[in-house]
Amino acid sequence: MNRIHRGMALAMVAAVAVSACKKKPETVVPTNPTTNTPPPAETCNAACRDSISRANALRDSLVRAAELERARAAALEAARNTVTATIYFEYDASDIRSDARSALDSKLSILRSNPGLQIRISGHADERGSDQYNDALGQRRAASARRYLTDNGIDASRIAIVSYGEQRPAMGGSDENAWARNRRAEFEITAGTISTP
Amino acid sequence: MMRLSVRRPGALALMAALALVLRGTTARAQDTTMVRISGQYNAGIKPGVLVLPVNGANGDSVRAILQRDLDYSDRINVILTEATPMDTASDGSRGQFNFPLYARLGAMLVVHATTTGTGLHVAVHSVREQKVERVRDFALTAAPLSPDWRAQVHAISDAVELWATGERGIAATRILYTSGGRVYQIDSDGANPTPITEGGRGVALYPSWHPRATHIAYVVMTDDGTRVVIREMGGAGNASRTLRASAGSVNTSPAFSPDGETLLYAHGLDNGTDLYATQAFGTDSPRRVTVSRGMDAVSPTFSPDGRRIVYVTNRPGGLGLYIADADGTNAEALTPFSFGDQSQRTDPSWAPDGRLVAFQAEKDGQTQIHTVSIRERSIRQYTSGSRNEDPSWSPDSRHLVFTSNRTGSWQLWVMDVETNRFRQLTRAAGGAKGGAWSPRLVVH
Repeated sequence: MNRIHRGMALAMVAAVAVSACKKKPETVVPTNPTTNTPPPAETCNAACRDSISRANALRDSLVRAAELERARAAALEAARNTVTATIYFEYDASDIRSDARSALDSKLSILRSNPGLQIRISGHADERGSDQYNDALGQRRAASARRYLTDNGIDASRIAIVSYGEQRPAMGGSDENAWARNRRAEFEITAGTISTP
Repeated sequence: MMRLSVRRPGALALMAALALVLRGTTARAQDTTMVRISGQYNAGIKPGVLVLPVNGANGDSVRAILQRDLDYSDRINVILTEATPMDTASDGSRGQFNFPLYARLGAMLVVHATTTGTGLHVAVHSVREQKVERVRDFALTAAPLSPDWRAQVHAISDAVELWATGERGIAATRILYTSGGRVYQIDSDGANPTPITEGGRGVALYPSWHPRATHIAYVVMTDDGTRVVIREMGGAGNASRTLRASAGSVNTSPAFSPDGETLLYAHGLDNGTDLYATQAFGTDSPRRVTVSRGMDAVSPTFSPDGRRIVYVTNRPGGLGLYIADADGTNAEALTPFSFGDQSQRTDPSWAPDGRLVAFQAEKDGQTQIHTVSIRERSIRQYTSGSRNEDPSWSPDSRHLVFTSNRTGSWQLWVMDVETNRFRQLTRAAGGAKGGAWSPRLVVH
């Protein structure tokens, strides 16, 4: 949508500039259609040049604004991806791994700068172990991730947790690759928006 | 072709007369315990039983159900024969027993059922003695071929098995399971798969029976957490009650106590999962039973007397079975733990006779059904290949229903632990898991 609006704005600027350069319509003198005389060339006076300059400046500012907006949107998208990035766990464990710790640290800064943001952490398990134990294991994983965030200053009321056990695998299959992808905690934004990347 | 003959027509006439007398006098007789036919059954030897054709509009269905139930009992050798099992009388009617033929076929007992205006008249004959051993009239009041009618026929099968072996059968039972996020029930012979819960909000999991089969408990998993639901079976409106729990908490693996008064379940929020007990039909606050200190305790199962429990915990560092008093005290490992052993032992089910606890043991992604004896603590493996999980005992403590992917999809299977005979119970399009065998149902 933004791209469409920016395009429309630039088109309007160009249209204004062109119309500013046009002279008043002259009296039409009937000519002999057989002579084919070229019309007199238009000239751009100072007012016309000023108008073009203003239009160019306006266009440049709009382009810069669009670029900034794109950069900001990309930053917000990156921040959103950071907040919702999945973290993974070892087999039958709920301890935060070192790679998960850095991922959680990245989430921390965004949560701090966006106090209206609320999230839900869902804990998951691979298919090994009983379904019911995996409910508990998923709960421990979600709680472990929440504890890391709250221990680092995020209000617990902003973080809901839930366990889906092994009921919602991210990857099918019964091999280590699938199991590793399924031992995880997922993060979902449930309220608020990221306004500060 | 076998030659049909009646060697003792006089005895048969006497027997028939006796049967008529008994029919009148025992129609209202009630079963007593251990009323098996004397001298007919020895443990480990399956008596041969021949079910004669049954007259009447639904006679073929009655006979098929009786034969299948007795076969599925795994205590009886059901004799199936294409030979004409009854002589034709001189006037063209049936009714002449051919005991020599029955003996040659290996029958020890013959079940002769005839439809009556109100139900089924059943006489069990001893082939060796060539006489009626038991006779009784059974009511068949439900609409023919309906689930309730089938349940009434199943109850007749169970009575016949009691007469033949001294053990009441398990045909008049049902099994709960989940498929596509809903709880279903299915007859013990695989007929009438019927949804119990509505679809929609949340995923229903882990159903279990109240000991009188009047209610079930199960879990509903939603984005707000998992909750335990107690639902009335067959009552008006199928009333249900969801146990209160804090937001985001996990509440799973419900199990009724044998007296039906207490519900034990696992509850966890921030610091591990523990077992809690609450009144099944009261409003008291749940009472904590285990103290796992950040670890987990799930999947409780009661001893038949309700005094002890077995549950799953990762307390020793690996996932295994613990046994404790019902209040959580005197806990000790039931299955051995050795350092470095990553096999997981989960999903316990305590047999109704109290001797064995069935469970699944898993190592390197392969899960198999095992039992551990309460007294000797000896472990026995029953399955191999594919994945076989989540056992639940039948009321006769001889059969297990479990989940297996041996056919490529998760379905329920039934296993006789004495003979290792298997049969597939469900053929659910969306798969089936979480089998829970009912107690013997009261059939009206």
